[in-house]
Amino acid sequence: MLAAPSKPCHVTIVHRHPPSKLYSEEEMVDNICSSSSDEDIKSTNHNTEIEYKHDDENLQSEEFEETPLYAAILTYLSYAILCLFGWLRDFLRDSHIEKKRGALDPNATLGFVPLYQSYESFYTRNMYTRVRDIFNRPIASVPGAQFELTERISDDYNWTYRYTGKTINAINLGSYNYLGFAEKSGPCATDAINAIKTFGVGNCNSRIELGTQRYHVELERLLADFLHVESSIAFGMGFATNALNLPALASKGDLILSDEMNHVSLILGMRLSGATYQTFAHNDMKDLEKKLRAAIVHGHPRTNRPWKKIIIVVEGVYSMEGSICRLPELMQLKKKYKAYLYMDEAHSIGAMGKQGRGIVDYFGVDANEVDILMGTFTKSFGSAGGYIAGKKSLIDHIRVTSHANTYASSMSAPLVQQIMSSLKLLKCPEGKRRICQLADNTRYFRQKLVDMGFIVFGNKNSPVVPMLIYMPARVTRFNREMLRRGVAVVTVGFPATKLLDARVRFCISAAHTRQMLDTALMAIDEVGTDISLRYSTRHKSRRLREL
Amino acid sequence: MGSSMARGDIENLATDFFGLFESFKHAPFYHIIIEVSLLLAVVWLLFFRKPRPIEKKLTEKEKQELIDEWQPEPLVPPVDSNHPALNVRVLDGIVGKTVEIDGRKSLNFATFNFLNFVGNQRIADKAIQAVQKYGVGSCGPRGFYGTIDIHLELEERLAKFFSCEEGIIYSYGFSTIASIIPAYSKRNDILFVDEGVHYAIQKGVEASRSHVKWFRHNDINDLERLLAEQDVLDKKNPKKARTIRRFLIIEGLYVNYGDICPLPRMVELKYKYKYRIFIDESVSFGTIGQTGRGITEYYEYSIGSIGGFAVGSSFVVDHQRLSAQGYCFSASLPPLLAAAAIEALNIMEEDHTLLFETIMAKSKRLHKKLLSIKGYIINGDEISALKHLRLTNSLNTVGRLEEIVQFAQSRDITITVARYLTDEHHLPEPSIRLILNVEMTDEELEFLCTVLQEALVKVTA
Repeated sequence: MLAAPSKPCHVTIVHRHPPSKLYSEEEMVDNICSSSSDEDIKSTNHNTEIEYKHDDENLQSEEFEETPLYAAILTYLSYAILCLFGWLRDFLRDSHIEKKRGALDPNATLGFVPLYQSYESFYTRNMYTRVRDIFNRPIASVPGAQFELTERISDDYNWTYRYTGKTINAINLGSYNYLGFAEKSGPCATDAINAIKTFGVGNCNSRIELGTQRYHVELERLLADFLHVESSIAFGMGFATNALNLPALASKGDLILSDEMNHVSLILGMRLSGATYQTFAHNDMKDLEKKLRAAIVHGHPRTNRPWKKIIIVVEGVYSMEGSICRLPELMQLKKKYKAYLYMDEAHSIGAMGKQGRGIVDYFGVDANEVDILMGTFTKSFGSAGGYIAGKKSLIDHIRVTSHANTYASSMSAPLVQQIMSSLKLLKCPEGKRRICQLADNTRYFRQKLVDMGFIVFGNKNSPVVPMLIYMPARVTRFNREMLRRGVAVVTVGFPATKLLDARVRFCISAAHTRQMLDTALMAIDEVGTDISLRYSTRHKSRRLREL
Repeated sequence: MGSSMARGDIENLATDFFGLFESFKHAPFYHIIIEVSLLLAVVWLLFFRKPRPIEKKLTEKEKQELIDEWQPEPLVPPVDSNHPALNVRVLDGIVGKTVEIDGRKSLNFATFNFLNFVGNQRIADKAIQAVQKYGVGSCGPRGFYGTIDIHLELEERLAKFFSCEEGIIYSYGFSTIASIIPAYSKRNDILFVDEGVHYAIQKGVEASRSHVKWFRHNDINDLERLLAEQDVLDKKNPKKARTIRRFLIIEGLYVNYGDICPLPRMVELKYKYKYRIFIDESVSFGTIGQTGRGITEYYEYSIGSIGGFAVGSSFVVDHQRLSAQGYCFSASLPPLLAAAAIEALNIMEEDHTLLFETIMAKSKRLHKKLLSIKGYIINGDEISALKHLRLTNSLNTVGRLEEIVQFAQSRDITITVARYLTDEHHLPEPSIRLILNVEMTDEELEFLCTVLQEALVKVTA
């Protein structure tokens, strides 16, 4: 399940050069640029020369340490005990010794078939509800680097909540805000407000009928320019972009090879398309090659007919693992076996690469070589929606056959304006500063965690930082203790991850200052010592003050 | 004679056997082992070996040849550059009662803006306030700090508006119903679906992998027939029947046809045959008023915002918070859209009867006027604000309808041909979809009818 240990990652220590004003040489694109040039911007352009060396080994170094044996045993034991208690409680409830909490079926006595099988909701009743307070926490402010959580208290072990009306201020390590565009003031917000005044909020029709506004066309042109491709098309929802457009690209008689850690939207899209799909081991290029060869040589498993086409579906940055797809090797395989590549850059667009153009930028590959580039605007651009980019023939085909283009409502004006403003900002020094800040923050944070002795997965440059906790009780305690210390984190367990691999996932943002990261690291240090989370056998366990 | 010969033979045979037996006794041990194992081997070969197919073992060279020879299809087939998707009308400005195309303003009978909330100042102000408080995007799914207090407020308001226990909101109208159906209906369940439902429901039904039984559009007798058939099967196997869930999926007001579903009769049948009803009220919400209560909807249209929602009893709705893919795995609704929706609900509640009475009355008037134009077939209920216009039988082609649309555009009336993908389950006839905006005056409705009449003359000439 876990990949074989790769070479230990090398630490690149980045020295900051003294600030110098280089941006006067660059062209001002917009008001956005001129408004931000008034700030004292530390130029990190020199740093980018050092950091983004085109060195494959360095760029792809990832670590996936194996689960320590005692952690695995204890985790299984925890789940076994939880199951036992769950059965006991269910028994008590069924025999009316304990009151049944939760909602009851109004049709229960009328002879209807039960809506949910009791084993399906066993997990919900007995495990999820106990720890429900760590999920779905409502916030009362902009989800920036720091935010306000609404305080909610449960008097009956999370079956119901009441809101006290107060808010808790916390550092936000959970929201997808890689470039810090979740702002309520500033040039992007002002532009969005102007867009509402000019265009209203909704359009009430699909793109193909009467929903295409001039700003949609403008957005798609800007996006294609930004990505260095011929053409692009944007949709209102990232999830739907995958689910509704894969059927337009693949159909019965095609083969889709997808990475085993792909997102649910990709899997839904593959199922809806009617094509056959197989998974290959996560980021394992040898396995992929083996499957490609077998597919071409033997064809369809039952009829032996050759496949009409083969599409490889990968993600740029995997949101639960923190790993990056191996693009150079994928390009080689793709050329060798004449397959097509679909890359989902939901988490990597804006966040990776010297200019924020995603994984193609990170590896220095020509964007036109990847057949289908897909991404979302939710994470790095502070808006909502998704896009697909590539050659004009591809995009035209999608316009004609996509479900979302024909039936779904077109994007709302302020959301489009936010994307356009942030795209323009990325060309300015302010944008470049954010990209470098994110890279810097990522490396700093990851390095500190690893040095303290925690098991951290993934590529050292990916802003998604999963730290392994394994046991469900520790996961919950970690989350609650961190919040008590003013840091909001996202913890995930089964079924979002494998049973053993419950983890906490930090999302680093360019808006985080060094201070905030240090506060968070101190909290992690304390809580990590309290709960004994230093599992790593490759790195010595140390306290933060020793580093 | 036979017997004497037989006796002799038998004696010989017996002697032979005896001799054989004796020889066994004297044979060395290993000899016997070898003989027995050979015997067993023969028995195995004869009876137990499965005939193995001769495997085509390809050599590496042959494999490489196959790989080199294989040519995939191009990624996408060539596309007709005249397809309407590539030649859309580009709009400018607010798409309200009037719409601006290439600098010219025209009356808008094409967008789903029934209550004219698009461009409404109050809604825009509330949306601006939301941006100033929360920023633009929500930066995360509902489970991970993407739940903003304004979402919770909107869910409560929707539940109250429909007198239901709980509501749940989604960020995209299409994926609302497409996520809800698979959350409840799994492989073994049965879905009774009206043939005329729109594409999103068809996709939801496909994603659920359940058995689907389509019944003719709005034909309650056909539905009863299917239910009775299923009942017969159930009685044959009651144990299995107790594990199969049944759902009826209908629309309040059908987008593709403009007519209303016969809900009361369907509710009667519900208690008789024990199925659960999902109603998609995308178009009936906000336009019909009295019959507009249901379990699933999306309010992209009449409320002037974007997104979708579902309301119902807590028991039913809560399940979606963990099982609906479009809810759990997708970023939540941007707060400004939620704020716009709350304000629209406010307006609807303040104006409660007047707005809906007006729109129903105007729809009736328009229906009467359209009926008086000979040459058009009007589909749709008379109180429905959404109507489909068709030409009589053989004349009804997309080409002619497009001509009508273009002519209307030249006279500053914007209408549109209803667009569908070719793989719809039950492709509706080509039609022009007319949508009434509550703020249209009677003169404007007259003007629309005049233009339609002139267009008809031009097209059928």
